[in-house]
Amino acid sequence: MTKGIQQTTSSERRALPEPFIFEPNLDRRKVIARIWESVALIAILLGIGMLLTLLVRVFLDGLPYLRPQLFTEFPSRFPDKAGLRSALQGSIWLMVLTALISFPLGVGAGIYLEEFAPKNVVTRFIEINVANLAGVPSIIYGLLGLGLFVRGLGLGRSLIAGVLTMTLVILPVIIVSTREALRAVPTSIREAALALGASRWEMVRDHVLVYSMGGILTGMILALSRGIGETAPLITIGALTYIAFDLRGPLDIFTVLPIQIFNWVSMPQEAFHRLAASGIIVLLAVLLSMNALAIWLRNRLQKRW
Amino acid sequence: MVTSSYEKLRYRTPSALASSTSLTRRRRAEEQIVKAVLFVFALVSVLTTLGIIFVLFQETALFFRRVSFAQFFLDTRWTPLFVSKRFGIWPLVNGTVLVAAGAMIVALPLGLLAAIFMSEVASERVRRVLKPFLEILAGIPTVVYGYFALTFITPLLRSIFPQTQVFNAASAAIAMGFMILPTVASLSEDALYAVPRSLREAAYALGATRWEVATQVVVPAAFSGIAAAFILAASRAIGETMIVAIAAGQQPKLTLNPLESIETMTAYIVQVSLGDTPHGTLEYQTIFAVGMMLFLMTLGMNIASYLLTRRFREVYE
Repeated sequence: MTKGIQQTTSSERRALPEPFIFEPNLDRRKVIARIWESVALIAILLGIGMLLTLLVRVFLDGLPYLRPQLFTEFPSRFPDKAGLRSALQGSIWLMVLTALISFPLGVGAGIYLEEFAPKNVVTRFIEINVANLAGVPSIIYGLLGLGLFVRGLGLGRSLIAGVLTMTLVILPVIIVSTREALRAVPTSIREAALALGASRWEMVRDHVLVYSMGGILTGMILALSRGIGETAPLITIGALTYIAFDLRGPLDIFTVLPIQIFNWVSMPQEAFHRLAASGIIVLLAVLLSMNALAIWLRNRLQKRW
Repeated sequence: MVTSSYEKLRYRTPSALASSTSLTRRRRAEEQIVKAVLFVFALVSVLTTLGIIFVLFQETALFFRRVSFAQFFLDTRWTPLFVSKRFGIWPLVNGTVLVAAGAMIVALPLGLLAAIFMSEVASERVRRVLKPFLEILAGIPTVVYGYFALTFITPLLRSIFPQTQVFNAASAAIAMGFMILPTVASLSEDALYAVPRSLREAAYALGATRWEVATQVVVPAAFSGIAAAFILAASRAIGETMIVAIAAGQQPKLTLNPLESIETMTAYIVQVSLGDTPHGTLEYQTIFAVGMMLFLMTLGMNIASYLLTRRFREVYE
């Protein structure tokens, strides 16, 4: 009889889901918890350690070539004479033109979706579409640029073909960050403007945009900093060329920093690898200052409600 | 709604204010024009998707006019740039999946542990110190990871496993794992963060330790969100280009050995793009066929991730 009762108890126990079995040894469980929490911390530190190793490695490798000629010379077959001049010009031109085109397009689309769009099937479709575009691999945009801009519109392997391709790559990022910035402005501001007789566009232009400009610009800079490091779509449209002249206009062929770095990494000689590392230092310095600018803008312009 | 209130205003305006009537008309016109222009801007994203599908489909259709489906899906070799051309896609898919799987083996445990630490264990101050590092890790251009894989990870692997080839899948996979680690970590953290406080408090009240609450209550509750994060990260790994183009090699083959040189779909597109391939040739069309395959794979994963996130939202709203 006693045996029978014991059996029922143990089978009931087994029937319960695992976490609910009462384990009284609290001290042991606390030790286990401590150990696992340390393991989790180590996981993060491993990522950070990797980052630091990468930065230190690149810096040590690239330091010898980080000299004035790096900025003034064109690429060359001889590592001692090679520089980033054409790549720097290409990256600056590409980013300025991309910013000019993508800012109105991206911010405009963000404003439409957040402030004007009726809640209907079309809007929902556009929203899902933007979310999906953010997940499309960037090299696919390169194929689009190759088929549409380079061949279709006959722009060739020109800077403007690169600018249009890059615009499409970063557009989803700008739209999403613009919408977030607009959403941060409280509804009361909108209601106040409308109550005073402003039209919807006047409300957006004179009030909502003014207050959200800090967030919008921050998102814009972060999107551009993604674009400046982007390599694959530009290689696909054929921007990997040896360029030993100054860029004069949007119809010229061009190269950019990350492509020049890729080109040097692909060389078998050790000296070119070091040259690539010095190029990476320049690229990371540009990225870092853009991010610092974004953080500064966010702190300065962002309103707290 | 706004427009109709203007209308009322206009009809009731005394003649002294008649000049404002024309102003109102101008404002209404401006309103309509601005709205139309902004709508067109929003449509650009839809046109981009249509453009991608159109361009990929057009060239892929031309490709399949010259190469049969059977060759594409049944052949086991991919040699379109050689004299004896073979068009079996599987070696490229094999390389892609091998590297992506390796990257996930690195990024999944580390990312999930990092997310648990950030969301459940770390104090606000520790969080604020650690978070920027992960953000920097996410912001580093992929060509830099490629450089790191080739000049640091590969020599390291070769000193441990001497049979490792100069270009190999493992090195690219490890670098890619650290590249997608922040994606896994921050998306999983969002999912954990969304679990209601009451669930945690209930578990604490039953005497669970902090780690038990995290792993036996919070993680299972956020499971679909975490799964969505994993799928999204895997999709990014599959579409990643520069790391594999630099460090993984250009030899498409069917192998599961990560220490060998392989070629991914993205690396093949880069390889062809580096040469000046004339428009209309079969080589030119192959990159669109491979691109189509890549697009469909990532699209499928993005949709799966989206559906999971939506399901996850429904549970706790």
